[in-house]
Amino acid sequence: MRMLEGFLLLALTVLSGCGSNDSSTTLSIATVNNGDMIAMKKLAPEFERQHPDIRLKWVVLEENVLRQRVTTDVATGAGQFDVVTIGNYEAPIWAKQKWLRPITGLPAEYEAGDLLEPVRNAVTYQGQIFALPFYAESAMTYYRTDLFAKAGLQMPAHPTYAQIAELAHRLTDRPNQVCGICLRGKPGWGENIASITSIVHAFGGRWFDMQWHAALNTPQWHRAITYYSELLKTDGPPGATSNGFNENLALFASGHCAMWIDSTVAATLLYSSVHSNVAGKISYAPMPTDQDAAAPTWLWSWNLAVPASSKHVEAAMEFATWATSRTYIGLVAKTQGWLAVPPGTRQSTYDSAEYRNAAPFAEFVHNAINTAIPRDSGTATRPYNSAEFVAIPAFQGLGTQVGQIVAATLTGQSSVDTALKEAQTAAEHAILQPGNAQ
Amino acid sequence: MTSRHRASLLWTPAVILLAAGSIIPLLMTLWFSAQHYNLVTPDLTGFAGFENYRLLIGDPAFWASLRNTLVLVGSVLLVTIVLGVALAVLFNQDFPGRNITRLLVIAPFFIMPTVSALIWKNLLMHPVYGVFGIVARDLGGTAVDWFADHPMVSLIMILSWEWLPFSSLILLTALQSLDQEQLEAARMDGAGAMARFVWITLPHLRRAVSVVIMMETIFLLAVFAEIFVTTSGGPGTATTNLAYLIYGRALLQFDIGGAAAGGVIAIILANIVAALLARTMATQLEA
Repeated sequence: MRMLEGFLLLALTVLSGCGSNDSSTTLSIATVNNGDMIAMKKLAPEFERQHPDIRLKWVVLEENVLRQRVTTDVATGAGQFDVVTIGNYEAPIWAKQKWLRPITGLPAEYEAGDLLEPVRNAVTYQGQIFALPFYAESAMTYYRTDLFAKAGLQMPAHPTYAQIAELAHRLTDRPNQVCGICLRGKPGWGENIASITSIVHAFGGRWFDMQWHAALNTPQWHRAITYYSELLKTDGPPGATSNGFNENLALFASGHCAMWIDSTVAATLLYSSVHSNVAGKISYAPMPTDQDAAAPTWLWSWNLAVPASSKHVEAAMEFATWATSRTYIGLVAKTQGWLAVPPGTRQSTYDSAEYRNAAPFAEFVHNAINTAIPRDSGTATRPYNSAEFVAIPAFQGLGTQVGQIVAATLTGQSSVDTALKEAQTAAEHAILQPGNAQ
Repeated sequence: MTSRHRASLLWTPAVILLAAGSIIPLLMTLWFSAQHYNLVTPDLTGFAGFENYRLLIGDPAFWASLRNTLVLVGSVLLVTIVLGVALAVLFNQDFPGRNITRLLVIAPFFIMPTVSALIWKNLLMHPVYGVFGIVARDLGGTAVDWFADHPMVSLIMILSWEWLPFSSLILLTALQSLDQEQLEAARMDGAGAMARFVWITLPHLRRAVSVVIMMETIFLLAVFAEIFVTTSGGPGTATTNLAYLIYGRALLQFDIGGAAAGGVIAIILANIVAALLARTMATQLEA
């Protein structure tokens, strides 16, 4: 018996001994495994050096896994994380649920006014900021200048979707395994639905009407989905239903796509000859337009927020402020070069001559972000104020479901008519869940 | 203290542990399945009765997932047993390099499901980079887009490749216990190779086959990693099995109540299958 007691005591000491005795705070930070966030983790020792009483523990995860872990943690109030990385989709919804600490008392040198307005608005709920933007993106049309020259074609300065289809058709070169266009086809609210929603918006469609009734079985959606699925079937890559952002990036970077409409974040990778075989042979144009020229296009941001369940609020705020500050951007520029700074969040980044030199597309991206969500005509017909998604809780489930339904039109398993009928039913069900129609 | 009391003292902790590990989660699943509980819409809470079950049964995706589960388990069982018997008979012969080939046949079993699914998806079946596509194009054909055009067949191929080593290994060991004198006697009585296989070898393998069926069914009912990595349950719901449907409910839609209801149905299904299997096993062992 005495031996057992001794053993238990030893076990207890070992267990409790793991935590150190000093008074330092350990912050748990959950983030995405994107290049910009991995750079943040690499530079974090600098923060720890400035704050000797704060230690950082990193949980770096793939986007979908991160979303699952963080949502379950924050929704159940488990308090596992002190700083979480969330999208502009989650920010207003979670703020409304009171799952996030409002960001107050930002120091003057943080210059909240320097944050780009649409990016700041996206994380603001009822006039209060709930998350700090770390990086933001819009979307653009990438194209191969060499293939265009070879075919004797020219990209219009402001292409329409009809022109894109025409160009794609002339650029497709099956024997050489070049397809005219690459678009996202992998089902998911953050994958094919992001592309599809931006097309639907441009074609004058919307997910919900002003009374929050589902509006998917409409002529606009019909035209948009027919366009999308015909275009990908005739001039898209084989296996389009398994291509998300990363797969298309690989296809474009290895020379299999003549055009690609996707996130502006790809520009940094495509322009670097380390990551891409087509670095010297690309150019870009704005996202195509159609009927509704003032439709919202694309605005996504990753933001750092402090969950209400965090037990180290002050230290967490300190870190979130540091990682989204101008000082941090300067630090990245100093250690990794200006091309590597997290883009899209601050006016000062785009004002910097060094950044504009390093990234030839800087001004273009700046403009794309600033015009992603037009204030007047485009949004007046839509009850939601977001671009390639709808900021309601049910959208993750609904978007993924509709994503699967639309993917089935690509493989010919269902027609556009049946697909839209199914999608309409799904949306009608989803919006009935409480807390969605605002 | 009687010896029986003392004995019960010894086994009680084990029983408590077992109960804690299986009964408590089961009760919690039952409880959650009768609750309105969605993580992202905390406005609606409280007792739901059979509402979650009603919604699930009314969902065409649920019936599709049941059908997919059965098709997947059935086809993989069929493929692994037929090919498994063939491989077992082959490897029971003596030929040069037998040990090496045996090792190669068993190798897929040691590869993690996610890894083998990724290899199949990107290196073999991908219409642009995949070996199958390259071979097809070199022969003048067109590359097949496996996961879009034949999603279920692709999954059955991957799973069969993973489980074939298991079945051929079990069947091979069973073959090795086959009495050679019996075969020899049959041959002397004039029985041909086919007759010997059908009337002696196959009946001998019966017990081993039922072991393979039971073990594989247990694992195949819960296939998840291969689907998650390759098709994400699609296109549409073409490859969504019950396990993947529950995952989607719980961690994509954050609908804990609906997921728990799916879990309860999965438990019922697994128990029906287990009861059937246990019954056939029992009669097999008696025979």
